[in-house]
Amino acid sequence: MTTLQTVFAKAKADDRAALVGYLPAGFPTKDGAIAAATAMVEAGCDVIEIGLPYSDPLMDGPTIQDAVHRALTNGTRIADVLRTVEGVAKTGAATLVMTYWNPIDRYGAERFARDLADAGGVGTITPDLTPEESGLWRQASADAGIDTVFLVAPSSTEERIKAVADCCTGFVYAASLMGVTGARESVGAAAQGLVERTRPHTGLPVCVGLGVGNGRQAAEVAGYADGVIVGSAFIRRILDAPDEAAGLAAVRELGAELAAGVRA
Amino acid sequence: MTATEGTLLTAADLAGNGVHGDDPDVHGKFGIFGGRYVPEALIPALDQVAAEYERARNDVAFLREFDHLLRTYAGRPTTLTEVPRFAEQAGGARIILKREDLTHTGAHKINNVLGQALLTKRLGKSRVIAETGAGQHGVATATAAALMGLECVIYMGAVDCERQALNVARMKLLGATVVPVHNGSKTLKDAINEAFRDWVTNVDSTHYLFGTIAGPHPFPEIVRDFARIIGVEARRQMLELTGALPDAVCAAVGGGSNAIGIFHAFIGDQNVALHGYEAGGRGLETGEHALTLTAGSVGVLHGSRTYVLQDEEGQTIESHSISAGLDYPGVGPEHAWLKDSGRATYHGITDAEAMEAFALLARTEGIIPAIESSHALAGALKLGRELGSEATILVNLSGRGDKDMGTAMKYFNL
Repeated sequence: MTTLQTVFAKAKADDRAALVGYLPAGFPTKDGAIAAATAMVEAGCDVIEIGLPYSDPLMDGPTIQDAVHRALTNGTRIADVLRTVEGVAKTGAATLVMTYWNPIDRYGAERFARDLADAGGVGTITPDLTPEESGLWRQASADAGIDTVFLVAPSSTEERIKAVADCCTGFVYAASLMGVTGARESVGAAAQGLVERTRPHTGLPVCVGLGVGNGRQAAEVAGYADGVIVGSAFIRRILDAPDEAAGLAAVRELGAELAAGVRA
Repeated sequence: MTATEGTLLTAADLAGNGVHGDDPDVHGKFGIFGGRYVPEALIPALDQVAAEYERARNDVAFLREFDHLLRTYAGRPTTLTEVPRFAEQAGGARIILKREDLTHTGAHKINNVLGQALLTKRLGKSRVIAETGAGQHGVATATAAALMGLECVIYMGAVDCERQALNVARMKLLGATVVPVHNGSKTLKDAINEAFRDWVTNVDSTHYLFGTIAGPHPFPEIVRDFARIIGVEARRQMLELTGALPDAVCAAVGGGSNAIGIFHAFIGDQNVALHGYEAGGRGLETGEHALTLTAGSVGVLHGSRTYVLQDEEGQTIESHSISAGLDYPGVGPEHAWLKDSGRATYHGITDAEAMEAFALLARTEGIIPAIESSHALAGALKLGRELGSEATILVNLSGRGDKDMGTAMKYFNL
């Protein structure tokens, strides 16, 4: 199993940033998600975040909402999410689950952590779990041997950055801008400052997500962050493709562009 | 401590201020309920709102301004009305209504909205956003925004926009922008999601004027405190009118703001039973209801731990009610806490029972209630029959039924 620690160590040895790709389980179909995530890995993604589709994704923009809605409509359940993780982990990429808190809360924190570890998952990203509420999940994750990742934002105070970073074990996710997920014309100007403000509070890698959608942006972010996270742009390629094969080709093309970006 | 006619609201009237030991803890928890489950990006804004509210609730100038608006703009205090002809169907118990339907804009929502609009100005923000289901909170927010010169954007599910076209027109006339939300079930819960997305994007300029006692801390506390005037007045008025406290207080529960508004001043009165009535929709067995407290389970929705209608994997289940204002799959965390502590009791009232009470109040008393409030009226009828003719029941008539005439026309073939 490839851990986050080995991924970031290797990227560092190569003097580049890691490339992290996001895709919801069940999108465009249950098997199609595994195929698309595999294509992302083959194109150069080091880490894959598998989204757990949730009915009320309040920090996601229209692209991810659309994908998640399709996944839920085609009946994607937690068992499918775990099966997707298992499929993607086999490629050798470090595979995380990104999820809102309620599905884990309902499934049972210990049970979810254990089942995710059994599926070959290496951790989770939980965007609506604050440090104050995270105790149970951090304990369950530690017991199961998986990593936790939480988010800091441009609005975060030093105090909050420290509190969040102290809860992370895999990396710290720096949201590049104030807003929801989705590719933007430019990555928020606040991103670099946020990464710099986060560094003193952690020895962990700091990765930047939200708004990154092309090779130029990936190269820019790779200049100051340890990892570049791309989600909506991959989904957009699949949504815009006339069929699944064309979608996979488009995903590969974007993956290659981004992989070149993080090496620039 | 209670206010009397002509005097200023006190900090204790506005808020429990720990009088009953029932303020949430430092993390916004009522027991295990409440808290904050939101993107970290919003934490500073929530902290800012909480800190400013803490200053405001203890600031005489703020209390004076709020009090002035409640009296001269919202039309407070609202009266009590005893409804003996209606009560004939309630086993002869005395039924007394707290007339929130007589406030400006026609529902209790105006209380919270005026308080939060004042808070918005203290926060130095120029724009408010809000979610709305039936449109009542949207109309109230648009009203306060017009009054105070704030830019106003209302998120409303596309389905609700169609169902409540008249309220959409009212909001537009008041100068608000109404954004139809086409995601998910296209109703209130999706409007809340969209409002949060706006807030996280525009938080520097914008206050999210939350409409009920749900959501992340400090909203459940702030909205409760601004609605609390309902019970503060009613408790005093009951003593004046009947010489005693009521045996029971009844209110409808969707998100729960009108119910907590009237309950809260009575929480310390152990002999006063508190009854909340949720929307039973077409009946529990049909699965088409909004019985969050009576049939839901503990989970997290819209930033708060509370009772939620959800499946076994934590996906929100869509609710149903003939009343858009109760059509919500979550509920305020303080109600979850009152339920589990046993201090309040919650029941379901079906669409049919609510509509029967709606028509009965109109015909026997000449008052057309909101369908939301009709759930509390139907509950009072049942409760009266249980308690008998010696009982006195206070009902929060949280809003008027003008907005519901379309539904009534269809339902009764008028």
